[in-house]
Amino acid sequence: MLSEIAAFFAGRGLPLPLVAVVGVILAGLVFASVFVRLRRPGSDEKAAAKHAELKARIRSWWVMVAILVAALVLGRTAMIVLLAFVSYLALKEYLTIIPTRRTDRVVLLVAYLAVPIQYYWVGSAWYGMFVIFIPVYMFLVLPAALVLRGETAGFLKAAGTLHWGLMIAVFAISHAAYLLAVPTPGSPEGTGAGLLVFLIIVTEFNDVAQFLSGRTFGRRKITPKVSPNKTVEGFLGGLAATTVLAAALAPVLTPIAPLPGAAIGALLAVAGFFGDIVMSAVKRDLGIKDTGTMLPGHGGILDRIDSLVFTAPLFFHVVRYFYF
Amino acid sequence: MSSAISTSSPGRLRLRLRAALRIAFFAAVVRPFLLVAIGLAVRHRERLPKAGPLIIAANHNSHLDTLALMALFPLRQLQHVHAVAAADYFLTNRLLKWFAVDLLAIIPVERTGGKGGRDPLADALEALDRGDVLIIFPEGSRGEPETRQAFKRGIGHIARRRPDVPVLPVFLRGFGRVLPKGDHLPVPFFCDVVIGEPMTGAGEGFIQRLEATVDALARETPSPDWA
Repeated sequence: MLSEIAAFFAGRGLPLPLVAVVGVILAGLVFASVFVRLRRPGSDEKAAAKHAELKARIRSWWVMVAILVAALVLGRTAMIVLLAFVSYLALKEYLTIIPTRRTDRVVLLVAYLAVPIQYYWVGSAWYGMFVIFIPVYMFLVLPAALVLRGETAGFLKAAGTLHWGLMIAVFAISHAAYLLAVPTPGSPEGTGAGLLVFLIIVTEFNDVAQFLSGRTFGRRKITPKVSPNKTVEGFLGGLAATTVLAAALAPVLTPIAPLPGAAIGALLAVAGFFGDIVMSAVKRDLGIKDTGTMLPGHGGILDRIDSLVFTAPLFFHVVRYFYF
Repeated sequence: MSSAISTSSPGRLRLRLRAALRIAFFAAVVRPFLLVAIGLAVRHRERLPKAGPLIIAANHNSHLDTLALMALFPLRQLQHVHAVAAADYFLTNRLLKWFAVDLLAIIPVERTGGKGGRDPLADALEALDRGDVLIIFPEGSRGEPETRQAFKRGIGHIARRRPDVPVLPVFLRGFGRVLPKGDHLPVPFFCDVVIGEPMTGAGEGFIQRLEATVDALARETPSPDWA
């Protein structure tokens, strides 16, 4: 029975350790669901609301993990299409929360068009185009399109915010997808998928670990103005836990050995922290609490992927530079 | 023009065909569009009554407003949901008339008052008496995108003449960015539908109460500046 399951996933290009790790995550979700269901919410209204929010958050995790696992099983193209759709949703959410000018409507469509084009470079593994398309070509195309509209009031704001949105929602996230294409032809099957799963697990684990350790030990505020809930203790606790997890997980999922795995874990913990507070600063600037309502219990899609925006490009370049 | 409005009753088969086409249009075009290009966030969906008669009063920014409000209802109920719309706008062009009257089953109303002594609200009241849902945009026209204009009195007349029918205030955010008046190319944005508590049209100052309620619903969703 077990060997048959392993053979099925091996046939889909997914090595056994990867399948086992995904299995552990699913088991963890089952545990979380059961735990939350069994725990009686407190009698007062506030505790009940918190309990409901926790339940909603876990349900959203189920949906996200189910979609990711489905794409993983379906293969590379499905995963690239999925991440392209994530970029599209993130860009749409970003454009919804920022002020835009009515004259720029057509230019916004041009910005949306960058999503399929960028992921086409990912799908065709055209590295040179992938790394310059948004930082160089879209950087030139957007202001050119804006200037053709002829409205100069607010021009710099429009050009700046639009390109920043493309960088975080499309360019940064597309690095996660490009992990599937980065292993050299000789690498064992499933190497790219292993790198992607490693990145996602470490990034999300760090979010949770920083949150939990901040709630347990948090005393000194680290960025009181931007994000009053972030503490030095939360950051350090998350950093330590993520470093340990990455050291243990790296040899299982990737060609990375435990020691460099620990270093990469520490790097991702720091990057994830900054991704998180940068998005907090954006939200504070815009005067909103969440970037959207897509994921009940989490907020918007940008609230969920904020740390991935910083971890994905860094992890990608470290891996590409040192391993392939 | 008015002869085209009044009751040239089509055959039963045609009516059923139109209803089927409407369901197909919503299932294959409107709902996928709202799901992928918009990503509609409906707040307080539980406040939407399961059955009519009902008057939905919403702010108006875009042609998409009607489609979004109709899409709140299950497909089977669509044939009992009618937007009340200006006859002078929607009946001027054959294609638009087919789309609005035949496909979406709007109820055209003469903005200037009835012609030939006919009650301009007769069709709308009749629909309520059948237990249907009316969608009314009290602003009268779409106006400047994402800016609420003063409500007109028409909805007050209907609500006063059917005082038992609940009026459901609804606030729509974002559709004026997706497809504002005068534009033909939709641009994707997330949009919000905020549903209020049902109110009744009886009593003084109904229009002012309705305006205040819709403005209060608007404050439940953040708004980026729109220039």
